[in-house]
Amino acid sequence: MTAPTETTTRPRPSLAVWKFASCDGCQLTLLDCEDDLLALTETVDIAHFTEMSRSTTAGPYDVSLVEGSITTPADAERIVEIRARSVVVVTIGACATAGGIQGLRNFAASGAYASTVYAHPEYIDALDTSAPISAHIDVDYELHGCPIDQGQLLEVLTATLAGRTPVIPGHPVCHECKSRGTVCLVVAESRACLGPVTRAGCGALCPAVGRGCFGCFGPADTTNTGSLASHLVDAGTAPVDVSRLFATFNASAPAFAKEAAAQGGPVSVSRTGPDGHEGGR
Amino acid sequence: MRTGGTATIDRHGLDLLIAALAEAGFDTKGPVVREGAIMPGAIRTSADLPVGVRDAQGPGHYRLEHSGDDRLFDWAVGPGSWNAEFFPPSQELWRSTSTGDITSHARPGPGSTRPLAIVGARPCELAALAVLDRVLLDGAVTDPDYAARRADAFVMVAECGTPAATCFCTSMGTGPAATGGFDLALTELDGGGQRYVVRVGSDRGAAFLEGVPHAGAVPTDLTARDRRLASAAAAIVRTVNSDRVAGLLADSIDHPHWDEIAERCLACGNCTMVCPTCFCSDVSDTTDLTGEVRRDRTWSSCFDLDHSYLHGGSVRVSVSSRYRQWLTHKLSTWWDQFDTSGCVGCGRCVAWCPVGIDLTEEVAVITADDGRAGPASGPLPATESESVSESGSAGGTP
Repeated sequence: MTAPTETTTRPRPSLAVWKFASCDGCQLTLLDCEDDLLALTETVDIAHFTEMSRSTTAGPYDVSLVEGSITTPADAERIVEIRARSVVVVTIGACATAGGIQGLRNFAASGAYASTVYAHPEYIDALDTSAPISAHIDVDYELHGCPIDQGQLLEVLTATLAGRTPVIPGHPVCHECKSRGTVCLVVAESRACLGPVTRAGCGALCPAVGRGCFGCFGPADTTNTGSLASHLVDAGTAPVDVSRLFATFNASAPAFAKEAAAQGGPVSVSRTGPDGHEGGR
Repeated sequence: MRTGGTATIDRHGLDLLIAALAEAGFDTKGPVVREGAIMPGAIRTSADLPVGVRDAQGPGHYRLEHSGDDRLFDWAVGPGSWNAEFFPPSQELWRSTSTGDITSHARPGPGSTRPLAIVGARPCELAALAVLDRVLLDGAVTDPDYAARRADAFVMVAECGTPAATCFCTSMGTGPAATGGFDLALTELDGGGQRYVVRVGSDRGAAFLEGVPHAGAVPTDLTARDRRLASAAAAIVRTVNSDRVAGLLADSIDHPHWDEIAERCLACGNCTMVCPTCFCSDVSDTTDLTGEVRRDRTWSSCFDLDHSYLHGGSVRVSVSSRYRQWLTHKLSTWWDQFDTSGCVGCGRCVAWCPVGIDLTEEVAVITADDGRAGPASGPLPATESESVSESGSAGGTP
């Protein structure tokens, strides 16, 4: 028989989960952890997570997970407050790390979309751009993906709690295709695939089911988007389609935005803007 | 039947051989068609092999075609190689669990207890395994899991009659005929007879061959085999000057062409991950919420920024320095380290580069005499590479 485990008297670290402009999918990744979620709730005190519970505590928080991008003046103030009350801030997902799909508005003229979507755009108090959290505050760690990968989320949390560096690769998705034995769609089928320039972490989900990577984890730590884009065009993908491929969930990530523009720009809407002129690129 | 002996078998005999290997407890694997490519996979009969399939390959290009015949081995290598069976992409090295005061360690070992029987490996793939053996078995430290997986593996090689446009095994001395490292070597004969010349490479191979219907190989069979292999060798179009390349690359460290390649190179690492001799790996420790600690080994690539990470940052930041590391290691400094080339001329890195960077073409440009500012060098022993690189070619233009 072993002696009973000593009960720790140290308070459990507190975890807060925050939402900005986003779809909640990354937060739900945490809820989807199932068995690991139970272990997590035994390890940390979940102090603020409105997808899970209405009860919240005021902080300060040991770890804050932040989902979503900054799109309004009010959110720009709120994120500064959260930073002030958090020891560690980890941004999660394409919105929080790169501005998200709503970052497409960064390609259009100011207010171009509000006037076409809302009957009374004067009620909309929004910033001109959708910006990543890191454009407003210092961020301790960024976790990419749309949505984030559950294994990577648990890795970042356990590493942070253990005081070690998370094991999160910066290399491209191609590593994951080759490791799992998935045949390259670019070489074997001339398919458009952003795997060679996209950060790994998903386990090559899309290529494994025969669909080209659409870059939802954003740029890898080294990218040569120009070489890939010109090869995809040579192999038969239209430049506008290559441009759109780069301009989805990480449209405003600098490496992808630059390539989307180099291929002619992703936005081909020709709607009437607020001043009567055509919106668009 | 003795080592070096020859015989012929037919398709039925091949099926019986595969069945006998399975019966003897081997995990029988061979080339199979999967996801539009020829990949290593489980086989039960010869019908699981790429029957009537050919491949068309080029830089950044690979397609399978159906020939309509019933030949088994009229293709060259696909992206997957047998190295992954012996040196898997990821492997748990050990884990440790703590409960109260008790900490227990567990080491999972090499996995399957059944030895592998490969039916239809290519000669260049055997050459690659010999290179890996040199690295992982014959060095100062032996990789125990690799050794365990390699120990009892049975290898039936299929000599090449139909090379791809990306192949250059003749330059590297690894094909199209197999020279060793096999238990049995098959050569598929021309015509529709579904007959194969078999050469015996080991006592174990002889025993399995004797267990199935076979006939003595008559002189016309052996002539047909030689003719088939000679025509394969003649069909190979790509070349590398393997006698001189090690020294010439060592003399070209400052060549401007490295930067030109970097404009095309994606640094995606595909070339290293399809390479049958690449063995770089990363070892990482992780913890979970219950306190369990794991150490895993995963494939790594010299194209990774993290691969050259030392205290304070990565050493090879530019893509040109990473490509140069890959190419000069394969063809030049590998000699210094392991007294062999790291390249077997399989052409995978040419075909499976998403943007079609062709190792043979880049080597030709970099080692062309007019590509360097310094005087043209003769063959240089690889061991002189460091002193040679000092006197490099700063300012040279192609």
